[in-house]
Amino acid sequence: MKSSNPISRRGFLKGSALLGSGLVVAFVLPGAHRFAMGAENQGEVFAPNAFLRIGNDNSVTVLLGHSEMGQGIWTGLTMLIAEELDADWSKIRVEHSPASAADYGLAAFGGMQITGGSTSTWMEFDRYRQAGAAARLMLIDAAARRFNVAPSTLRTEPGVVIAGDRRATYGELADDAGKLPVADPAALTLKEARDWRLIGKPTKRLDTPEKITGRAKFGIDVQFDGLMTAMVARSPVLGGSVKSFEGAEALSIPGVHKVVQVPSGVAVIADHYWAAKLARDALKIDWDLGANAGLDSQVLLEDFRKLAGTAGASASKAGDVEQALSNAAKSIDVEYSVPYLAHAPMEPLNCTVKITQDKCEIWTGTQFQTLDQMIAGKITGLKPEQVEIHTQFLGGGFGRRANPTSDFVAEAVEVAKAAGMPVKTVWAREDDIRGGYYRSAFLHQARVGLDADGSPIAWKHVLVGQSIMAGTLLEASMVKEGVDKTSVEGVADSPYLAKLANHQVDLHSPQTGITVLWLRSVGHTHTAFVMESLIDELAEAAGKDPVDYRRTLLREHPRHLGVLDLAVEKAAWQAPLPDGHALGVAVHESFGSYVAQVAEVSQDNLGIRVHRVVCAVDCGIAVNPLSIAAQMESAIAFGLGFTLHSKLTFKDGQVQQSNYHDYQVLRLNEMPRVEVHIVASSAKPGGVGEAGVPPTAPAVANAVFALTGQRLRELPLQLSGV
Amino acid sequence: MLTLNINGQDQELNVPADMPLLWVLRDVAHLTGTKFGCGMAQCGACTVHVDGAPVRACVTPATAVAHGQKILTIEGLSIDGSHPVQQAWAELDVVQCGYCQSGQIMSAAALLAKIPKPTDSDIDQALSGNICRCGTYPRIRAAIKRAADIG
Repeated sequence: MKSSNPISRRGFLKGSALLGSGLVVAFVLPGAHRFAMGAENQGEVFAPNAFLRIGNDNSVTVLLGHSEMGQGIWTGLTMLIAEELDADWSKIRVEHSPASAADYGLAAFGGMQITGGSTSTWMEFDRYRQAGAAARLMLIDAAARRFNVAPSTLRTEPGVVIAGDRRATYGELADDAGKLPVADPAALTLKEARDWRLIGKPTKRLDTPEKITGRAKFGIDVQFDGLMTAMVARSPVLGGSVKSFEGAEALSIPGVHKVVQVPSGVAVIADHYWAAKLARDALKIDWDLGANAGLDSQVLLEDFRKLAGTAGASASKAGDVEQALSNAAKSIDVEYSVPYLAHAPMEPLNCTVKITQDKCEIWTGTQFQTLDQMIAGKITGLKPEQVEIHTQFLGGGFGRRANPTSDFVAEAVEVAKAAGMPVKTVWAREDDIRGGYYRSAFLHQARVGLDADGSPIAWKHVLVGQSIMAGTLLEASMVKEGVDKTSVEGVADSPYLAKLANHQVDLHSPQTGITVLWLRSVGHTHTAFVMESLIDELAEAAGKDPVDYRRTLLREHPRHLGVLDLAVEKAAWQAPLPDGHALGVAVHESFGSYVAQVAEVSQDNLGIRVHRVVCAVDCGIAVNPLSIAAQMESAIAFGLGFTLHSKLTFKDGQVQQSNYHDYQVLRLNEMPRVEVHIVASSAKPGGVGEAGVPPTAPAVANAVFALTGQRLRELPLQLSGV
Repeated sequence: MLTLNINGQDQELNVPADMPLLWVLRDVAHLTGTKFGCGMAQCGACTVHVDGAPVRACVTPATAVAHGQKILTIEGLSIDGSHPVQQAWAELDVVQCGYCQSGQIMSAAALLAKIPKPTDSDIDQALSGNICRCGTYPRIRAAIKRAADIG
C-alpha cells in the first residue's frame, strides 16, 4: 500500500478540493498502477483505473466501491461505466472493490468509503462515467496505433473499436491499451444525454442469477478451514457490563472451544452456530446493568414532553411567531410522536475476522469500510491499510450496517483477537432487535395559526429526540449550534415554512443512554409524517381539499407540484371509490428527490388495510427506471412496516421486543398494489433508496382520517376501538 | 451419525442430536443458500422442502428428517436457475438484497407444486410467512403468477 493514511492520498484530495469548490469535473482517477499490477496475475490485462479491468476474453470487470444491499447499485453504477466505455453489457461482471478510501472515498463524507445517504448515484455520476470514458479513450488510442490511423477517425460500438471496415474487440486491444499512459481526465469528453445508450433505459439487475440460486455470498455465508463461529452474550441493558461470569458449563458443550470476555460481553467460540448458541445460553453472567437499568419508554415520552416546554436550540426562525399566533383567525395546537425503531434487516449482523501478524482480514456486509478499517486497526494495533475488507453482499442495511462505532465489526475484531483464531461472530435475531442503534423516538409539538382564508401565517414547532450525530466523527459537519440537521430535516427546511414570515422551529436533543442511528430516510421518517399530516389538519381546518390546499402552498415549488399532480392524476383523486375506501395524499422532498403518494385504505376488524399506493417520483435523471420503481415499491413496504406495526419499547432498562413475532414488519398479505410513475427530468440525479419512505406514513394517516374522521398522531397508527 | 437425503444424495453427517436442520445444512453440509433469519419460524428465510412440503429448517430437528425424507434446498431446485419460479423471478427482476429470496422461492415452488394456478388468496396463505424487508412482495406475487404460466 502506498500511504499510511487511507484518506490522505492525492486522488482523494484533488477530488475533494474540486468537489468542495462545487466543480465535479476533472477527477484524478486513482488506482491504475495497483490494479494493473494485480491484473497481470488474472489475465485481466487492462486496468486503466480502480474501477474496471478488461480481459483478453473481452470480459469487463467493474470494481464497485459501493456496497450492494438491495438498492441496485451493482447495476446502476455499472451502467454509468458501461455507458462511457461503450461496453458490451453481456460481457460485464461486477465485484465489490477492496476497501480503499484513497480509491473509492467520497469527498462529501470526508474522503471515506461509505454507502449511505442515498448518495451513490448522484455523487458518482461523473466519476464512474469518467472511469469508463478514460478506458474507452485508451482503447481507441491502441486501435489507432494498430491500424495506423488518427484516433479521431475511429468510433466504437459495444465492445468494439471500428476503423472503416476494420474492427478490433476491446479484448484484442486490452494488451496494447494496458501499455499506454493513463488517459488524462481533463481530455475526457462525456457523452451528451441524447447519445446515451444505457442511462435511462430500464435495465435488469446484474446480481439476479446469484441471488435466485443461493450462490450469492452474504457475510454470514463466509466459510473457510479453521473458521470458528462465535456468539456474544451482551448486557440485557444497553451500556451494562460484565461483573463476573462462569463459563465451565458452556465449555462442556461439544463443539465449544473457548469462552472469552470482550468489551461488549462474553463470547463463546464454537465449531458452528448451534454449539455457540447452546453454550451462550449456558453461560452464567453477573451483569452490572449500569446507568440505564431504569429506562422506560413511557417515562421517556413524559421527559420528552417536559423538555418540549422549555427553551430549545433554534433550527429555523423568522419574525415573531408568538405575536403572529395571537393574531391568527384560527389555530391548531397538536402533538405527534413516533417510537424507537430497529432496522431488523433480514440478514442478522455478522462479521468474520482473521488476524495475522501484519494483517487483519474482515469479511462482512458493511456500508462503512473506511471506518471499519480505522476501528479494526486501532483494536489490533495495525494500520488502517493493513485491515483488508472483503465486502460481501448485504442482506439488507437500511443504515444499520454503517454506524459511528462500527459496533458489529469492532466486536468481531475483539472476539477474534481474544480467541486467537479466525472467528465469525453471528448475532441472533434477538441480539439484533435488542442490540441498540435505533431510530430515536421523537415528539413533535406544533402550533399553527391560520388567517381568515385558512392559510398558515404562523408556525411554531418543537421537536424532541436524540441526536444521531452528536459525539460522532460527523458531529462537526452535521451539528451546528446544538442542532443536528438530521433531527430537523423535513421541518426546518420545509417548503411550507420557507416563505412564512413568522415561524420558529426548536429542537431538544436529550441523551438517554440508548444508542441511536440513521434508519432509511433518517429524520424524514418522522418529519414527513408530522408535516404532511399537519398540512392535512390545516386543510381540514381551512375547509379545503387536501390536494388543492397543498397546490396553493406549494405554488412556488414546481418539483413538489409536479409529483403531487402526477400522483393525484394517476390515482384519480376525485373519482368514486369502493364503499368503505378513502384516499390520502402526501408529498415530500428528501435526498434531492421529490415523491408524492396517494394511499387508498379501508378498515376491517384487524385494523387498517392499505389497498393501493400510487407513487410519483422526480429524482432528476432516471439512470435506471426499473431500479427506481423497485426502490419506490421497497420504500413503501418499509414505510408501511413502521406505519402499521413496528414499535420498540423499553421497560426496566430492557427492550421488550425480541424477534419478528413482537417486532412486526410488513408481510406479503398486507402489501398494497403499488404503481410508480417517474417524472421525466434532465435535472441532476437525486437519491432513490430512501426518498420513497417519507410520504407513506402520512398518506396512509391522511387516508385513515378521510375514512374514519380519526386523526392519528402517533406511529404505528392504531385506530381506537380496534 | 445421521443420514440425510439432501438434494437427491444421501449424506452421512456427524452432528448433535438436537441440531436444527438449518445449521446442519449451513454449517456442516456447507449449503449456505438456505438462510438464517429468526430462528423461530417467523420469517421463512430458512424454507426448504421435505418430501415436497415447505418446512422451516430453523425449527426442524435434523433427526426428524433423517428417515429417508427427501430434503430439497435452493441449491437443488435446479442446476442452472431454470426452475419456472427462478425464471419468473429473473424475468420480473424480483430480488433486491436477495437474502430472503431462497426462502421465498422455495415457498413459491412448493405452492405451485400443490396448486398450479394459485389465486391471490393462495399466495397470501403460502407466502405471508416469508418476510422480505426490501419489500419485493408485489414482484413476488406477480412472479408466482408468471411461473404458473411458464409451468
